[in-house]
Amino acid sequence: MSRDVMAEIKEEVDNNKLLIYMKGSKDFPQCGFSMRTVNVLRELGRDFKDVNVLADPEKWQAVKTFSDWPTIPQVYVDGKFVGGCDIVNEMHAKGELAPMVDQAFGE
Amino acid sequence: MIAAEEIERRIREAMPQAEVKVVDTHGGSDHFAAEVIAPEFSGKTLIERHRMVYATVKDVMGGALHALALSTKTPEERGDS
Repeated sequence: MSRDVMAEIKEEVDNNKLLIYMKGSKDFPQCGFSMRTVNVLRELGRDFKDVNVLADPEKWQAVKTFSDWPTIPQVYVDGKFVGGCDIVNEMHAKGELAPMVDQAFGE
Repeated sequence: MIAAEEIERRIREAMPQAEVKVVDTHGGSDHFAAEVIAPEFSGKTLIERHRMVYATVKDVMGGALHALALSTKTPEERGDS
């Protein structure tokens, strides 16, 4: 049975309130942009899922198609694509990210 | 590899009213940061604004261009940090 990588991504996006597609892992980021984004997510104090695209080239390509967004990292909140490093950092600096995430976790 | 001027040119072509500044952040002609101040961004979300800019370099993104950090503002937002 061949892999349905888009369905995998859909499942990840739907089943995780806070999700990041990144280079490396949350404990060992392998790119400055991914690292900065992970740092912001940590500041939110919530559990979040990380998916390392470097370990999965097929998924790496598929993620960019799935969100129609050309770069990694990519952050999803409550099933919705929120943006990459610049957007996540900008939203967090403006105080817009935490309320969005709080709402996703049902507060 | 791509030149900062080329990226600037493309963005200006797509958004004629924009002020555009692109800098090479790593010195290797493949990681850049662009600051774009344009009235065309008015009323658009950050994702929409970034998509507008990414569209101008779609053909080179991931190839000659590895990374393009973005700051997107309207003229009214200029001066916001």
